[in-house]
Amino acid sequence: MSDLTSFTLADARDGLRRKSFSATELADAHLSAIERARQLNAYVLETSAQARAMASAADARLQAGDARPLEGLPLGIKDLFATRDVRTTACSHILDDFVPTYESSVTANLWRDGAVLLGKLNHDEFAMGSSNESSAFGPVISPWRRRGSNTPMVPGGSSGGSAAAVAARLCLGAVGTDTGGSIRQPAAFTGIVGMKPTYGRCSRWGIVAYASSLDQAGPFARTVRDAAILLTSMAGHDPKDSTSMDRPVPSYEAAIGNSIKGMKIGIPKEYRLDGMAGEIDRLWEQGADWLKAAGAEMVEVSLPHTKYALPAYYIVAPAEASSNLARYDGVRYGLRAPGRDIIEMYQRTRAEGFGPEVRRRIMIGTYMLSAGYYDAYYVRAQKVRTLIKQDFEDCFAKGINAILTPATPSAAFAIGEKGEGDPVEMYLNDVFTVTVNMAGLPGISVPGGLSGEGLPLGLQLIGRPFDEATLFSLAQVIEDAAGSFTPERWW
Amino acid sequence: MPVDAGTVRRIAHLARIAVAEDEVEHLQAELNAMLAFVEQLSEVDVDGVEPMTSVTPMVLKRREDKVTDGGIADDIVRNAPAAENHFFLVPKVIE
Repeated sequence: MSDLTSFTLADARDGLRRKSFSATELADAHLSAIERARQLNAYVLETSAQARAMASAADARLQAGDARPLEGLPLGIKDLFATRDVRTTACSHILDDFVPTYESSVTANLWRDGAVLLGKLNHDEFAMGSSNESSAFGPVISPWRRRGSNTPMVPGGSSGGSAAAVAARLCLGAVGTDTGGSIRQPAAFTGIVGMKPTYGRCSRWGIVAYASSLDQAGPFARTVRDAAILLTSMAGHDPKDSTSMDRPVPSYEAAIGNSIKGMKIGIPKEYRLDGMAGEIDRLWEQGADWLKAAGAEMVEVSLPHTKYALPAYYIVAPAEASSNLARYDGVRYGLRAPGRDIIEMYQRTRAEGFGPEVRRRIMIGTYMLSAGYYDAYYVRAQKVRTLIKQDFEDCFAKGINAILTPATPSAAFAIGEKGEGDPVEMYLNDVFTVTVNMAGLPGISVPGGLSGEGLPLGLQLIGRPFDEATLFSLAQVIEDAAGSFTPERWW
Repeated sequence: MPVDAGTVRRIAHLARIAVAEDEVEHLQAELNAMLAFVEQLSEVDVDGVEPMTSVTPMVLKRREDKVTDGGIADDIVRNAPAAENHFFLVPKVIE
């Protein structure tokens, strides 16, 4: 049965409808694959009983010819999404026995459309990280290794479990969140497709908040089409999130195969970093050539404030996190450490419950928002953000349809290799992705090739607000040219 | 060094995170590394630039002012570390 895990989500959907196999067989094949792959540490909770019950309900629908868009398709969900009666931890010790009594809007949309929950996926604690090493459940091991090496590699982060599970065929697709690159960077590191939609496209209700003005949910999949299918179900207006956009959701799958002839693709000169690996530059040129061959026109553009996006992010995100994470106080839910009085109880709870990276970001955010520093840090960063957004708007006003960049400045690195001495070293991973969050734009990472060491490399396409469809059309052209990348199974 | 040891202790208190004395030096170095990194923003000319307040241009939606939820006290205290009769229990606050 294990070959059922090698289908794309679209092929599995069609196979279920043709009754070539059942949703129960499909779920079982994935549950066995998950069991065999426990050393990857991609899942922090396997929900096999629930998966079988949901699959069996899907089989009844399929039998009755009453299949919904995702009927019977098994997915993994980042543990940042609240799932009713299913433990949800944000991969933090502070929430380690939290069982929500409600369902996040994005996952509710997936179940409404018939999808099956396989389990909850590992990620960096509170989505703060770029390597999945800050999780309270320990790091995720990437299914990819350097050629001829056994060194365990990171899958990227923060949605590292989502990326590893999709790449290792432990689900047909997965859901993650992206605050500074947390979908696109791990997708690039594991050779799969990851999309961060426009801010407001998916509801944030029921997702554990990190930085509310930057957080967005998005899909991971092994093909561009599969990502388009998932986003169509995830997206939509939600009265419970006042920043979710009240506009119709197109069928993103319909954009697959659309001609890109005559489209203008911006190549931003500021993304050519000093000392960037030659293979990243070559990949970028190759991507431009593929789009040109399909009839698109490459135009050099300028996004002058690019270099300020990452420092501005490291003000806005910690500031919002320090405010959002104030709710973990040992009173209403989660861990409580005893103290002599209520203040000591708060302080001990939060010291014990949060890991080092989370403590660091809360503290720097608290400092930046404290009296006398707010204008110098937070207000200035939000002004820089206006300038970053303006750069993109100027570019789109000149008729640019989308922008092509590398997804990451390098391929994946080994566990323990980065950020030990200096947290900033780790932050630089997000240099190409973070601008997109700052401007609230949609971005997709699509595999472009392998590095000299045999590790996946991704290309990023950045689109106009709410024009995810164009990104899917363009990404499909790259996928058609680049092919797909599967790690050799060693686990 | 914008942040000294005293400032680290003050931030820790504001953030309600217990910091042991032997962690202060390490935290001080990390916080200063982050502040040094964001220092680049001071070279950007932001005169006359409005700070971003809404990521996508939209008017905040309003709904009718009426109760749409409630009666779920059981759900609300279900995950509480200590609760009694639908109240959260905390250590004594007022002597």
